[in-house]
Amino acid sequence: MSETMMPLWEVFIRNRSGLPHKHAGSVHAPDAAMALQAARDVYTRRGESVSVWVVPSSAITASDPADKDELFEPTGTKVYRHPTFYEVPEEVGHM
Amino acid sequence: MYTQALNVKDTGKPASAEDPGKLARFQARIDAEEKIEPNDWMPEAYRRTLIRQISQHAHSEIIGMQPEGNWITRAPSLRRKAGLLAKVQDEGGHGLYLYAAAETLGCSREELVDQLLAGKAKYSSIFNYPTLSWADIGAIGWLVDGAAIMNQIPLCRCSYGPYARAMIRVCKEESFHQRQGYEIMMTLSRGSAAQKAMAQDALNRWWWPSLMMFGPSDKDSVHSTDTMKWKIKRFSNDDLRQKFVDATVPQGHYLGLEFPDPALKRDEKTGHWQHGEIDWSEFKRVLAGDGPCNRQRMKVRTKAHEDGTWVREAALAHARKRAERAAAVRIAAE
Repeated sequence: MSETMMPLWEVFIRNRSGLPHKHAGSVHAPDAAMALQAARDVYTRRGESVSVWVVPSSAITASDPADKDELFEPTGTKVYRHPTFYEVPEEVGHM
Repeated sequence: MYTQALNVKDTGKPASAEDPGKLARFQARIDAEEKIEPNDWMPEAYRRTLIRQISQHAHSEIIGMQPEGNWITRAPSLRRKAGLLAKVQDEGGHGLYLYAAAETLGCSREELVDQLLAGKAKYSSIFNYPTLSWADIGAIGWLVDGAAIMNQIPLCRCSYGPYARAMIRVCKEESFHQRQGYEIMMTLSRGSAAQKAMAQDALNRWWWPSLMMFGPSDKDSVHSTDTMKWKIKRFSNDDLRQKFVDATVPQGHYLGLEFPDPALKRDEKTGHWQHGEIDWSEFKRVLAGDGPCNRQRMKVRTKAHEDGTWVREAALAHARKRAERAAAVRIAAE
């Protein structure tokens, strides 16, 4: 079969809770309009969503898994970025 | 299960050709229950095993639309029709999630579909049995989906991230499939004598093929060690089959139906239901292509694919033309 490959799109949906769009999966479609249609059919069959985004997969720039440590490891020692690092007397109450 | 022929040993490059350091780090990640993601390093055999397993699972969903699709236009009520239609739609959707998960391993959907249509890829043996009466729709939902769920729940914890995520989605959606099937069986079992006989006949024909869905017995499936070590698979075929039998036999008795297995009995000591010997020659025959409906299933699938060719080509041509037009307008404006 010498068919042209259908472009791949990544699908992001936002559910009713109002949280950010979240990656749901991918679909193949010739253009954005049909990708949106396919995403609706494939990923929102049970009223999961109030909004759908489709993005050409080729447009996504991702970090390299090999760089994982140098990118994300440094924050591991930065405990002072968390509220529990700071001491507040109990009498002061919740803060 | 939907991936039951996977006990075939991977015959590609032996694992010893892989970098031992990388291999050890990979295994350590798996042992630590870390998920492996698409761009992470993985041994070739892991990649190939997953492509084979996930695509086989996807093909099973797509071919699995046929036996039930057969009854959509003849469902006995609008309620049953709406439920069945939704279930068959879900199966199409599940096939697509799974193809997408397989593609993350570097194999295009077009290639995977070609492998199916060329007869090079397998799908679950269960879909090569015919749906002769409406009661078969009940039996499929209850038994076939019941067996599938048993297998798919542990796959939600599979070491490969995209597969595990697809399975979580599939399992969430699939819980209604088994209930709709059982409800059909219950209605028939409480109906007229003829309806009850239909339900019994469906159980008689689907029981053994459902047990075969879990694949060969552990004593004959020596090749699952790699998939266990890689945490693609977490329970053996026989363990999953036993879970299914234990869960299903009381459900059948509740319906007032009899299982077509004179040897079936409850072990008082362990509490497990013991089933009789499975006819493995039938399993092998159906898997190898000689079941009651293998040729029909492939013929229908091939025709659907060929009939859709012009639609895919037209949609691509339309998209190309619009993109060119938009580009021309942009250039003219500059």
